[in-house]
Amino acid sequence: MSGERQLSELERHLLNDYQHGFPLSPTPYADMAEQLGVSEQQVLDSLERLQREGLVSRVGAVFRPNRVGASTLAAMSVAEEELESVAKIINSYPHVNHNYEREHEFNLWFVATAASEAELCSVLGEMEERTSHTILALPLLEDFHIDLGFDLQWT
Amino acid sequence: MDMKTLSQQLQSINRHLAELDAVDDAMIRAIENGLPLCSRPYAQIADQLGIDEPEVLARLAALQQQGVIKRMGVVVRHRELGYRANAMLVWDVPDDRVGELGRCLSQYDFITLCYRRPRVMPDWPYNLFCMIHGKSREDVLQRIDWLIEQCHLESLPHHVLFSRRRFKQRGAVYRSDRKGDEPVIQDKRYAT
Repeated sequence: MSGERQLSELERHLLNDYQHGFPLSPTPYADMAEQLGVSEQQVLDSLERLQREGLVSRVGAVFRPNRVGASTLAAMSVAEEELESVAKIINSYPHVNHNYEREHEFNLWFVATAASEAELCSVLGEMEERTSHTILALPLLEDFHIDLGFDLQWT
Repeated sequence: MDMKTLSQQLQSINRHLAELDAVDDAMIRAIENGLPLCSRPYAQIADQLGIDEPEVLARLAALQQQGVIKRMGVVVRHRELGYRANAMLVWDVPDDRVGELGRCLSQYDFITLCYRRPRVMPDWPYNLFCMIHGKSREDVLQRIDWLIEQCHLESLPHHVLFSRRRFKQRGAVYRSDRKGDEPVIQDKRYAT
C-alpha cells in the first residue's frame, strides 16, 4: 500500500503503456525492455516490485464477462455492525473477485463468477442462506465499455 | 433473490459463450492469476500444460480474436495509485434510450466501465451503470455534472455510490477450485 511513493520513469511507463497490447511473443518482457531502452531484468524486477507493493494486481489477461462462464454483480443491504462478518463470508468464496462497501442502502457490492450459470445460482443461494440476507443480483446484459485501462495522470 | 429470474437472465446472456476446448480451459486456469514474471512466460505455461510454446501463443491470440480475452497487459490497482475516489454511477433511463446513453457516457476517458443491467423492482430501478475512478470526491462529482450536461441526462434519476471499504479485489476466477484466502479487509482507509 505505498501509492504515495515516488515512481520511477520506468515504473510509470510499465504502469501506463502496457495496460493493453502486452506482447504475444516468446519474450514479452525483453520486447518491452527494448521499447523502453532498459534491460529485460530491469523490467522483470520492476514488475515484481510493483506487484509485491500492490500497485499491480497482475500481468495477464482480462476476460470479457459472459464469454468464459457466468458472472454477476450482486448487492446486499447489511447493518453496519454486521458488515464485516457478512463480508468475511462472501470473501470466503473463491468465486468472488471484488467486494466493496458502498454508500447506499445496498451497502455491500461484490462480483461473483462461476463456470456455469447453475453453479453461480447455487453459490448465490448458499450465500443467502449463510448470511441470512437477500442478494440483489444484477447480471450484465449489455456492455458499452469494459476496462480497457486508462491513461494515468501522475501530477 | 429470485434465482429463476436470474437463471433466465443468465441464459439469455450466455448465448454468447465462447466454444472452449479442454486445453483452452486449462490454459485459462493457468493464467487467471497472472503470467509468470520470467524470460519465457508462455513457454513456462506450455510446459505446465504439456503443449508447446507456439500453441500457447496461438491459442491466446485466438481467444483475443474471439473477444474472450478483452486485453492482455499490466492490470493496475487504481486505489494504490492515488485514484481513491471510486464511484459507481447508476441511472434509471428509459429502456429504449439505454444504448444511446451508454454510448454517450462511454466516450469519455474517465469512464472505465459502462453496462446495462436489469432493474429489480421495487428495490432497484437503475438500469445503466458506469464506473468513474478519480483522485478525489470533488473531482468525480464535477465530472458527473459535466456528463449530465454533455449527454443530456438532466431529467433522469441517478445515484452515486462511492466506495468505502474494500473487502476484496483480484482478477475473476472462472475455473479455479482454490479456496478463497483473502483477508477480510484489504483497505480500511475510506475513499476521499
